[in-house]
Amino acid sequence: MDFGFKISPSSAVNLDNVDLSLYDRLHEVEPDIAKCIACGSCSASCPAGRFSGMSMRKVILDLQRGRQKEAVKMLSGCMLCGKCLMVCPRGINTRHLILAICKLYGED
Amino acid sequence: MKENILIIGGGIAGLEAASQLLKLGYNPIIVERSGRLGGHVADWNRLFPDMTPAEEVVSRLVAGASEANIFLNTEISFINRLKDSYNVMLSNGVSIITKIMLFATGFSLFDASKKEEYGYGVYNQVMTNSDLERWFNTGHDCRITEEGPSAMGFVHCVGSRDEKARNSQCSKVCCITAVKQAIEMKQKFPDAMIYCFYMDLRMFGKKFEDFYISAQRDYGIRFIRGRVSEVSENIEGKLVVKAEDTLSGRPVKVTLDLLVLMSGIVCDHQTCRTAGMLSLPLDSDGFLKSRDNIADITASPKEGIFYAGACTGPKTVPETLAEARSAALEIHNHIISLSEELNSNSEGQ
Ligand SMILES: Cc1cc2nc3c(=O)[nH]c(=O)nc-3n(C[C@H](O)[C@H](O)[C@H](O)COP(=O)(O)OP(=O)(O)OC[C@H]3O[C@@H](n4cnc5c(N)ncnc54)[C@H](O)[C@@H]3O)c2cc1C
Ligand code: SF4
Ligand code: SF4
Ligand code: SF4
Repeated sequence: MDFGFKISPSSAVNLDNVDLSLYDRLHEVEPDIAKCIACGSCSASCPAGRFSGMSMRKVILDLQRGRQKEAVKMLSGCMLCGKCLMVCPRGINTRHLILAICKLYGED
Repeated sequence: MKENILIIGGGIAGLEAASQLLKLGYNPIIVERSGRLGGHVADWNRLFPDMTPAEEVVSRLVAGASEANIFLNTEISFINRLKDSYNVMLSNGVSIITKIMLFATGFSLFDASKKEEYGYGVYNQVMTNSDLERWFNTGHDCRITEEGPSAMGFVHCVGSRDEKARNSQCSKVCCITAVKQAIEMKQKFPDAMIYCFYMDLRMFGKKFEDFYISAQRDYGIRFIRGRVSEVSENIEGKLVVKAEDTLSGRPVKVTLDLLVLMSGIVCDHQTCRTAGMLSLPLDSDGFLKSRDNIADITASPKEGIFYAGACTGPKTVPETLAEARSAALEIHNHIISLSEELNSNSEGQ
């Protein structure tokens, strides 16, 4: 029965329950993902961000915190132009990483 | 006669200065309040950035200073100012006349039990950076089980950058120490999940950033930007740690078997007392105040009194050693200028 109201789910992240098995597999093929320092250069230089809300920084963080649905959804706003990989100070090949994420998480 | 130079503190700064002063032909006298030489470094296990055994560093320094007069378990009782020198009374009854004193009194580790919300001394699985180094050395600590923790965390900035703890300064070496210790724990317990809770990561020194990258990439240490707000214990006796993941703007909670608090570096209160006997000023950060923080860091504002090492603020081992050498050279120059003064005075008569 629908009473027309619900308790909003807590936004808290419980790190104990986060399932990172897919992230760990990603880390194996793209170890550089762990080097991200969340500087935001990728998002700031992304031409798609303004229109689609795409942010590579957020995608990486979401994956690391076990929020893969959100990450994969956001990635649909990427047009694979590769601008972000030119600016990453940690030398992460973000474009390559995006393709790896699509492959791995798309399978799932 | 060889000139006496009184060195207060037999840590690495005092030892290195003594060995340089011996080479320059002086008579350094080290007064150390504890029962052994080496100061804090004698408690550490392996040193960043190259994982050099601390014991090697200390024993090399002790050997270099072995010709010096060394008083262990001794403190300064009082100091009398004479016409052009000091008469220093030691707690063992010895009195020393000297024109020159070197403070190499180092620092104190912040008392982590003062941050009650982190549960040091309350919960069984909370330890400090210093406790963990001791465990690396001895292998004995009831807080670490044989199979090791399955999840553990490091809390940065404990008693540093914290006005509530009355220390707004950054202790400088604890970020890199946390990363070093996290890697060491991961090497010992590869299956452990390791978190670092930080506000900023300050990787200022040679190769520190490489350490950080390696901790992320090769060891999978998880860095969470957010200050731990509180630690509690659940019914199973495990620690529950709460913080905000400020990068995602969400609160995070995690259950851990072990928590290491990165206690900060603060000025030693006894040093302040000894400095008080000589009316030496403290700087606004609570450490001994140099004559000039840019050009004259090893000189006190008082003639004949010098500083080396962490007594003027947080420092790494190489920085401390470089300062000790520089203080020895300053002392040498000072002694030369004293004897030139003496000569020109006597010629004038
Ligand atoms: C957890 C931790 C880990 C660290 N690891 C590293 C590392 O891996 N690499 C690195 O480069 N640096 C490291 N450091 C920094 C390093 O410990 C310092 O650079 C070093 O200890 C400074 O040496 P010091 O001689 O100035 O002071 P101290 O080591 O504090 O020595 C001072 C000595 O003076 C004595 N003393 C003090 N007051 C008096 C008094 N009034 N009368 C007589 N004696 C007195 C003390 O008993 C002590 O023996 C670390 C620091 C911390 C907190
Ligand atoms: S590759 Fe995708 S995420 Fe990177 S800049 Fe281009 S559109 Fe943005
Ligand atoms: S530019 Fe590189 S380091 Fe910076 S947030 Fe993006 S991926 Fe991370
Ligand atoms: S070095 Fe790092 S942990 Fe230590 S006080 Fe500074 S910011 Fe905090």
